[in-house]
Amino acid sequence: MKDPKFKGYRRENGRVGIRNHVIILPVDDISNAAAEAVANNIKGTLALPHAYGRLQFGEDLELFFRTMIGTGANPNVAAVVVIGIEPGWTQRIVDGIAKTGKPVAGFSIERHGDLQTIATASRKALEYVQWASELQREDCRLSEVYISVKCGESDTTTGLSSCPTVGNVIDKTVARGGTASFGETSELTGGEHIVKAKAANAKVAAEFMRVWEDYTAMILKEKTDDLSESQPTKGNIRGGLTTIEEKALGNIEKLGKKTKFVGVLKPAEAPSGKGLWFMDTSSAAAEAVTLWAASGAVVHLFPTGQGNVIGNPIEPVIKLSGNPITCSTMSEHIDLDVSAILRGELTVDEAGDELIEVILRTCNGRLTAAEGLGHREFALTKLYRSA
Amino acid sequence: MIEFLMHVEQDTVGVAVVDIKAGRRVTGRILHGAASPKVRARADIPLGHKIALRDFKPGDTVVKYGEDIGKVVVPIKQGELVHVHNLKTKRW
Repeated sequence: MKDPKFKGYRRENGRVGIRNHVIILPVDDISNAAAEAVANNIKGTLALPHAYGRLQFGEDLELFFRTMIGTGANPNVAAVVVIGIEPGWTQRIVDGIAKTGKPVAGFSIERHGDLQTIATASRKALEYVQWASELQREDCRLSEVYISVKCGESDTTTGLSSCPTVGNVIDKTVARGGTASFGETSELTGGEHIVKAKAANAKVAAEFMRVWEDYTAMILKEKTDDLSESQPTKGNIRGGLTTIEEKALGNIEKLGKKTKFVGVLKPAEAPSGKGLWFMDTSSAAAEAVTLWAASGAVVHLFPTGQGNVIGNPIEPVIKLSGNPITCSTMSEHIDLDVSAILRGELTVDEAGDELIEVILRTCNGRLTAAEGLGHREFALTKLYRSA
Repeated sequence: MIEFLMHVEQDTVGVAVVDIKAGRRVTGRILHGAASPKVRARADIPLGHKIALRDFKPGDTVVKYGEDIGKVVVPIKQGELVHVHNLKTKRW
């Protein structure tokens, strides 16, 4: 099988990106205003405001740093300006991103104030964006593109059409030496035995089951009812899905028919090699895609039934749907319509080839529907309350 | 015309791929199989919703993808709508 070429950005560490963002990354919630002011001053930069970064501790703090550093390190990002309230945690994020070799600089607000910080950070952001704007795309291979997959506002059509289409692409790209990741830990419930059987070896299977059981224990501890309307969501139910088991079995269609997964990743952890990886993630779209972008994924495949409109600021989200109502009433959100599968007019294998074509066009620079519509959901996963 | 789909032959529900009107005798297709099952709809089944392919009594398991998708909580007749009012998760 051939490994198609496209024009991408090869970063200092050899990783391949498909976008060329200069991001202004606030360390904490109270630095959002300064970061947004810098992005407003310097055109072509992108601020990533978020709600956290203060008084976190333990595993939750480790996840926070992994997410911040991973976001800056993502190959879709050319250079980073980091702004925090104080210099310590700001520098920790700068040092983490600097390991990639890309340009990164940190600024802190205490003893300077917002205005002076915005002025100095803006000068650095201008320098970065002018430098980045001269970077040229070069020949890359599809197998060098790290792909993440997750569906949202699923219905019965996703399990019949759009999820199997993604599974077909996983089978084709991983067989060519590609890297991909799936997750949605809670949303495998009812099909966990099928996922377990797709582990490459007994050790990976046991680690997957440990992570899944841990997430399930949290749900059983905190639940006040059978989670109907939360998981499955009200939108899932409107679309015809009834139980978590039914939703999970559709979800798992994204894993493909032949591919085994080679390892288990913590949230936002980068894969250490090629192949398909399971990541322990939330099943909420914005949180999950933010974690994958932080793990280095550069393009996301997102099957939807009822029409989840999610995007991500740095990782383009390609949406496909097999629901003819969604494809007609929400066409501006859908990058690939696979509803012909339901009519028996398109095979999953043909749909997979169409999706690979959309991936290549996106990798070459074509904006996804979500990018054009300005969807930049950046949602950090928080494990528990702050100290 | 295909009006409902099944994943595998063992499935005891089908998914409407068009809006099905009560009283209509509808034809299905099995994604991973060859047969063309037929059933008479006893209720309106909107696109994407499930039609019962047999009678169920409370406690019965509903099968889709050849797998267990939950337990029946009120009797269901062949051709009726299967959804949150008569099918519940076994997990949560």
